[in-house]
Amino acid sequence: MSAPVLAQVPTAAPAPPPPRRPAGATRLRRVVWHAAALAALALVLYPVVWLFSASVTPVDELVSHLSELFPGELTGEGYQQALDGAAGVTFWRFLANSLIVAAGSVLGNVVSCSLAGYAFARLRFPLSGPLFGFALLTIMLPTHVTLIPQYVVFQQLGLVDTFVPLVLPKLLATDAFFVFLMVQFMRGIPAELDEAARIDGCGPWRIFRYVILPLSRPALVTTSIFTFIWTWNDFFSQLIYLNSAENYTIPLGLRLFIDQTSQSSYGAMFAMSVLSLLPIGLFFVAFQRFLVSGVATTGLKG
Amino acid sequence: MAVAEPAVTSPVQVMTGGRPGGTRGSRRDRGGVAYLFLTPWLIGAIGLTVAPMVVSLYLSFTDYDLFNDPQWVGLANYREMFTGDRRYLQAVGVTLRYVVVSVPLKLLLALAVALLLHSLRGRGQAFYRSAFYAPSLLGASVGLALAWRSIFDRGGPVAGALGVFGIDTPSWVDDPGYALWAIVLLSAWQFGAPMVIFLAGLQQIPPDLLDAASVDGAGWWRRLVSVVLPMLSPVLFFNLVLETIHAFQAFTQAFVVSSGRGGPADSTLFYTLYLYERGFADFRMGYASAMAWVLLVAIAVITAVLFRTSRLWVFYGDEGSRR
Repeated sequence: MSAPVLAQVPTAAPAPPPPRRPAGATRLRRVVWHAAALAALALVLYPVVWLFSASVTPVDELVSHLSELFPGELTGEGYQQALDGAAGVTFWRFLANSLIVAAGSVLGNVVSCSLAGYAFARLRFPLSGPLFGFALLTIMLPTHVTLIPQYVVFQQLGLVDTFVPLVLPKLLATDAFFVFLMVQFMRGIPAELDEAARIDGCGPWRIFRYVILPLSRPALVTTSIFTFIWTWNDFFSQLIYLNSAENYTIPLGLRLFIDQTSQSSYGAMFAMSVLSLLPIGLFFVAFQRFLVSGVATTGLKG
Repeated sequence: MAVAEPAVTSPVQVMTGGRPGGTRGSRRDRGGVAYLFLTPWLIGAIGLTVAPMVVSLYLSFTDYDLFNDPQWVGLANYREMFTGDRRYLQAVGVTLRYVVVSVPLKLLLALAVALLLHSLRGRGQAFYRSAFYAPSLLGASVGLALAWRSIFDRGGPVAGALGVFGIDTPSWVDDPGYALWAIVLLSAWQFGAPMVIFLAGLQQIPPDLLDAASVDGAGWWRRLVSVVLPMLSPVLFFNLVLETIHAFQAFTQAFVVSSGRGGPADSTLFYTLYLYERGFADFRMGYASAMAWVLLVAIAVITAVLFRTSRLWVFYGDEGSRR
């Protein structure tokens, strides 16, 4: 299957048909290609399909046939239990908490990272080089080296078990990856536009607000989507900072199932897993172009 | 409306060759204003990064339980880690095994699928690219990790599929010999992000180069080894560095699959999992800080080594003569 791979690298002009190869062979090759790709895709997406199917399978059937893809009968029982939540808190509460944290994080990252990005991309100031280098280094920094002192401070301020430790860092642009993304994007905006605005009497703030920011929309959208998804999936910091059930986000609500090994909770567990993945799925369908090109151009880890 | 022009493709490239600090299109004497724009970032950099790093370095030389004042103990935490703490060494071993297997496996899958997709021109490619990318977003979540645990559990689809071939496996998640590999596979499953980056890299290879190679009689394999891989090496290097740094910090999947304890028999006791346990279950914050610093140093050293070796195998277009 791999033989034709490199022969088909896109060329500027449409490649002439390969000589001495009957048309049927190319067609066959395409069919084989798609068959191979679809088979690989089926394998890759199998766990997702399986999870969905398990979420609508009656519990007693799950216990006996965990590997069955097509349940004998469908049930919404799991979803019913999932919506009832866990530890006396409903799923809606988990959902609301997750949304608050995610929305705060998105807002924080968009504001703080675009401000910092503009300074690094467009303004000249002492130490700009070293500071930007430092910002890049912090992308690689494992969060664990700052984790404990941060926790101690938040604890002493009485902010543990609130959303502040989860959102405040975003307001302070600690996700340096997005600063980098903004800088990259803003550098691509023609400097003549700034010049024109300056001649019209705009200062840096108005240039930022009325020229750079509107033109940076794609970067802002990419930042928002990735911040949302990362925050939505984030487990480590929420695990550390949130400890009462009414503050739990969805990942922490799901966590309550981790320790339960009894198979009677399987239905609710799979149903809540599906519910937790749903927003990501919707974002993915709506914004896949931004997601994929965001990864392709900046190497976001996804 | 394309996203972000790839003037410089990655932070790694900025560090290797690119010029840090943007000054284009600027006017003199904007220092004060610039720092206004930078204020949030500066507060964060100092208050949430630099100061905590210094404090955590200090804490790593102390005994600290969060409630009493830190007691200076010198190098005792570090000494205990490397000489007295069997579980610590277990965690190091587990993490190294995970990094060494999962990163190459993931990149190999990413490269293979990228080559496959690159051979397809036209509309189909975008569809496949998005579909293969989806697991990268889903796989980081607790929800999917829970499903993964069941998929590899006794009677799950994996056991069922292997059973068809007459291979009898225990419950992967309950067997110390298998549990880590279930997590490795979960990581490899998320090959979509590096795949997208590989695809972007493949599209940058000038077709003339491949045509010239073909004219010279190079077959598919020859072109792959002598043209495509060298041209792709900066992207491969970028993915390798990023995924390695990332893999050292893996937490969520291990936490979920091992039921939060690194089990069975500590076979999935990832470094970060043990750090979490030491800090937030045993309240040995000094010890956990020392662990964090060892992790940082290890990642820095390994990244530096990768950069060093990159001179031998990473081909940046401007060197001309090599290969």
